[in-house]
Amino acid sequence: MTEGQVKDVILKGLSKIAPEADLNTLAPDENVREALDIDSYDFLSFLIGLSDELGIEVPEADYGKLRTLRNMINYLAARAK
Amino acid sequence: MPSLGADMEAGILVEWRVRSGDRVKRGDIIAEVETDKGLIEIEVFEDGVVDQLLIEPGKKLPVGTVLATILGEGALPAAPLTPMVPPGTIERARVSEMPRGEIAAPPGPRRVRASPLARKLAEELGIDISALQGTGPGGAIDREDVERAAAERKAAPVAGRVPELPIRMRRAIAAAMARSNREIPHYYLETRIDMSRPLRWLDSENQKRSIRERILPAVLLIKGVARALADVPELNGYWKDDQLQKMEAVHAGFAISIRRGGLIVPAIHDVHRRSLDEIMAALHDLIPRARSGRLRSSEMVDGTITITNLGELGVEGVCGVIYPPQVALVGFGKISEQPWAENGMLGVRPVLRATLAADHRATDGNQGAQFLDSLNRHLQEADKL
Repeated sequence: MTEGQVKDVILKGLSKIAPEADLNTLAPDENVREALDIDSYDFLSFLIGLSDELGIEVPEADYGKLRTLRNMINYLAARAK
Repeated sequence: MPSLGADMEAGILVEWRVRSGDRVKRGDIIAEVETDKGLIEIEVFEDGVVDQLLIEPGKKLPVGTVLATILGEGALPAAPLTPMVPPGTIERARVSEMPRGEIAAPPGPRRVRASPLARKLAEELGIDISALQGTGPGGAIDREDVERAAAERKAAPVAGRVPELPIRMRRAIAAAMARSNREIPHYYLETRIDMSRPLRWLDSENQKRSIRERILPAVLLIKGVARALADVPELNGYWKDDQLQKMEAVHAGFAISIRRGGLIVPAIHDVHRRSLDEIMAALHDLIPRARSGRLRSSEMVDGTITITNLGELGVEGVCGVIYPPQVALVGFGKISEQPWAENGMLGVRPVLRATLAADHRATDGNQGAQFLDSLNRHLQEADKL
């Protein structure tokens, strides 16, 4: 899976959680949870969605590695088949 | 028309989910009502057979209006269909008191045929769906009809239209909170809780679980509150008729923020006897429905205490406003690393600030203090929650 495809999956997941947000304005190094006002329940739902789409279960210990869009793409692209 | 909140005065019957002659059992959803807090599914709490539907959808009705009659099991005469609401919150109108014309020949607004998506969109945009002409299959109102109406309204704003949902929700919150501040003599107590042990237990528990089975720290807090209420039951219930009505079951009103602004506090039923997994499952069910405006009547009115957790936003502590007629609210702040002295040693611990707002008519500070102490003790034994 390319980074572009992973990014599409991430943005699709984020748009489900924050349908009102304009994701085009999300900067690659912005803190995603702060920018989109995503609480821990929404974040868990987002990760469950990623798990369904990509087959990757992110352990809690790695949550800190998913702070920005760039972080997420790097983390998930390295693990996606 | 059931009362679905402390300050609800009227609601719009949007849709019947049953027909005359249908058999219903307790908990079945029989209708949808639009309130200032969104669309609410109305449940029935008696088994029986639907006799008459007295009201046509589309009509705004004051709380207490009889919507339908139901024949109870083995009963011959029609009894008013009792909505699932706490006793004493509604002054129910009897069928005989209804204006005859409305029963015999309900002229009312026409029955609105619209897709669920169109209804939801209309609600979000503050469009009166009954005023639209449908262009969908069979003349049903579809999404495009609503969007067109919204665009037309934008071009030429109509004076006096129904305010948009966020505005109505704001007003409903304003009314409830103003009443609370006016009527309830609040007192506040606060404690700091060392969350090292509960979080360690939760971390190790979640490591064993798949992502779908993970438990959030908020679940520990909800269950901890239920356990502490078993020790101090005076904080679980209502202040009504100048006295405290303690409730045995703990239905935790859990404050959920709405993404476009506002707040809704649906009840998680029976948290006192649910496991942590069951409470987490309840959150998976409740939060998406709360945010999309699909709550049930019992969830709107059954809360016996409110829990609000603003720690996600970095808030350290929450001194909340009690939701009447409840007598207590527990506020949780952010779990953050703080200096913690114990046995003469200074260390750094994840610390949670828990605040109790309680009604001084119902309890005194001593009971409030016992509650916070009990909450702390139960959280320290998270494996037994």
